[in-house]
Order: sequence, then structure tokens, then C-alpha cells
Amino acid sequence: MSNAKEIRTQIKSIQSTQKITKAMEMVAASKMRHAQLRMEATRPYAEKMSQVIGHVAHANSEYKHSFLTPRESVKRAGMIVVSTDRGLCGGLNINLFKRAVSEIKQLSEQNIDVDVVTIGKKAAEFFKRIGVKSIANVAELGDTVHLEDFIGSIKVVLDAYSEGQIDKIYLIHNKFVNTMTQSPEAIQLVPLVPSEEEELRQHWDYIYEPEAKTVLDHLLVRYIESLVYQGVVENIACEMAARMVAMKSASENAGELIDDLQLVYNKARQASITQELAEIVGGAAAV
Amino acid sequence: MHVDVVSAEKQVYSGPVTMLVAPAEMGEVGIAPRHAPLVTRIKPGEIRVTLSSGEEQSFFVSGGILEVQKSVVTILADTAIRAADIDEAEAIAAKERAEEALREQKDSIDFTQVQRELAEAAARLSLIQKIKKSK
Repeated sequence: MSNAKEIRTQIKSIQSTQKITKAMEMVAASKMRHAQLRMEATRPYAEKMSQVIGHVAHANSEYKHSFLTPRESVKRAGMIVVSTDRGLCGGLNINLFKRAVSEIKQLSEQNIDVDVVTIGKKAAEFFKRIGVKSIANVAELGDTVHLEDFIGSIKVVLDAYSEGQIDKIYLIHNKFVNTMTQSPEAIQLVPLVPSEEEELRQHWDYIYEPEAKTVLDHLLVRYIESLVYQGVVENIACEMAARMVAMKSASENAGELIDDLQLVYNKARQASITQELAEIVGGAAAV
Repeated sequence: MHVDVVSAEKQVYSGPVTMLVAPAEMGEVGIAPRHAPLVTRIKPGEIRVTLSSGEEQSFFVSGGILEVQKSVVTILADTAIRAADIDEAEAIAAKERAEEALREQKDSIDFTQVQRELAEAAARLSLIQKIKKSK
């Protein structure tokens, strides 16, 4: 049986770990609420934007933007992968990377090479380790992200598309289902798939000022940026939810460990008292 | 006429107005109800709306897009002032970070190795969950 004092120090150290995990759980819970609110706040823009894009895509413009027309042969694809900066959030990143790797594998079976753009430190580390070519990355975004933080990375991949280096762009991020469930999701960003709404199929067009090309260029870039932004914000909500759950179970585990150790400690203490008593009784009998 | 002013980060304004004035790229435009469908870029500046009560409200936008349909006007505002050269600088920075990371990297993807690593990590996770449940 181990030393009572040793066990006591062990209990103390687990208790302090438990304190940390509890604090982290509470911090994550409050950050999750904020992230969820921000997630809600991004919706109107994306909805309005997709409405406008829907109209524009169905309007009879003489100018067809390259983001709206699929290319016949696809040789290279770009993939924007949104991960977290920090760990301690359960299997969130691993599940996402698993999804990304299976997508990359599928594409490579069709002889399509993949370049990635990573958002978040974890993705950068992962893709570096497995040897996928990364053409742009951004990390250390913090909990409050702003669109300006990653427009550069988006521009890199959009430019590569416009120049014909890549022919398709995907976005992979975690989708916030609820606090307990986050699932990785892959969507095709470019070429855009406009929503098929019958009522939009009317024969009218906008007046474009200054001209269709400049306005469409601008609009589509903003749309793609907003989709990525939404993905990043949603991913942050996922990160916080996953961390909250992970820290909750860590605190529970610590509690169980402490209970078990407490039992061992009590036994050890009891044993030493019994032994001392036996020694005293033995000593008295000898005298 | 219904007006929505939204930016990527939040909804700025949503409600009925009788008149809207915005700094379009080709000059300031005033939009009254039943304006012809129009899409135009807007410059950084002030957007003024007149409510049905005659009250005026104004917002500052740092650029964006104005879309006019029969009875709905949508302003998709940018969150910050954007300029081509700033975007370009950001793009170059993002590329450089990636190239830096690339320098010490392997040539091609070894799918079996990657999948093994991922499977290992997933197995570890499910094991932890099992241990938790059996307790």
C-alpha cells in the first residue's frame, strides 16, 4: 500500500487540474454563447447575398462570370480548410481532417490534385505533416474574427482559379448542429451552384452600374468571402462547444479519480493506524 | 419600400422607408419606391433613409453593393474599407506564410500513412469514450 502522504499530494494535484478544467469549461460555455450570437448575426448577410446572386445568375446578363460556369476538365482543386488554433476540443479537428483527407483521396482517384488553404493553426500543422501543398494560410485569429483577417487567403485561391491554375474550390468546416454534435461539412464554393427557384426565372435584368462585369466581379468575390466568413464563425462556435464538452468530461473524470484515490488514501490511513495499535498492544504485552 | 442594410458581421437596418440616398460609384443615387431593378457598387460614405414618419436616419458604410428590386432594396455593406492594393498585400502575406511552412515538407501525400494516423487518433478517442462509459 502506498504512502498516505504520497496519495494526498496526488489528490491535491488532481484537484488543481480539476479546477483548471472546470474554469476552462465555463470560459468555453460563455464564449460559445457569444460565438453562437455572432453566427446568427452573419445569417442575414449571407441570405440576402445568396438571394441577390440567385437573381443575378438567373437574369439574362450578357456577361457570364467564370465563377458561375463550370469548367469542362478539372485538373486541380483548391480546398479551404477551417480548423481551430488551439487543441483541447475533443475530436473536432480530427473528424474534420478525416473528412478532408477522404475528399482529397476521392479527388486524387479522379486524377485531381489538391492545394489547400488553411485557416487555423491545427490545419496548417496537419497538412504540413501529411505533405499536401498549402498555397496560403492564416492562423491566430482569436475568438472574434473579422472578415479582413482572411481576405488575403481567399484572394490567393480565387486568383489561382481566375488564372486557371485550379478549376474548383471547396470549403470544409465544422457545422454546428447543437452543443453536443458538430459535423464536418464540405461545400463547393466555386463554380457556384445558384439556388434553383422557379419564381426567379423571369425575363428581366438589372441595370448594372457601371457595367455588369465590374459589379458581378465584386459581388461574387464578396459572396465567397461571406461564405468563408460564415464557415469560420460557425467553426468557432463548434470549437467552443466541443471544448466545453471535453472539459466537462475531464472535470468528471478528475472527480472520479479523486474519489478512487480518496478510498485508497482512507485505506492506507486505516492500515497505518491498525498497525500502530498492533505495535503498541504487542509492546505492552512484551512488558 | 422595404430596405435591408446588412454587413457580413451584423444586420444594420431593416424596415420600411419612403426614400433612400446612397453614394453609388457613378455618383449619388436616390431610390424612391418602384425604381427600376438596379445593381451597383457603392463607395464609402453615408446612406440616408427617410422613414414614413418623415424622420431621417443615416448610416456610414465603407463600401458595398446596392441592389434594387421592385419593392425591396438591399445594401450589402463591407465591414471595412477595402482597396485593391490592401487586398493584394494581404494575399501576398498569406502566400508567404504558406511557402514558409512548405520548405520543410514532404513531396507527396502518403494516404496510407495519413489514414493510419487518423485511424489511430479516432481509435484513441473511441477508446476513451468506451472507458468513460464502462465506468
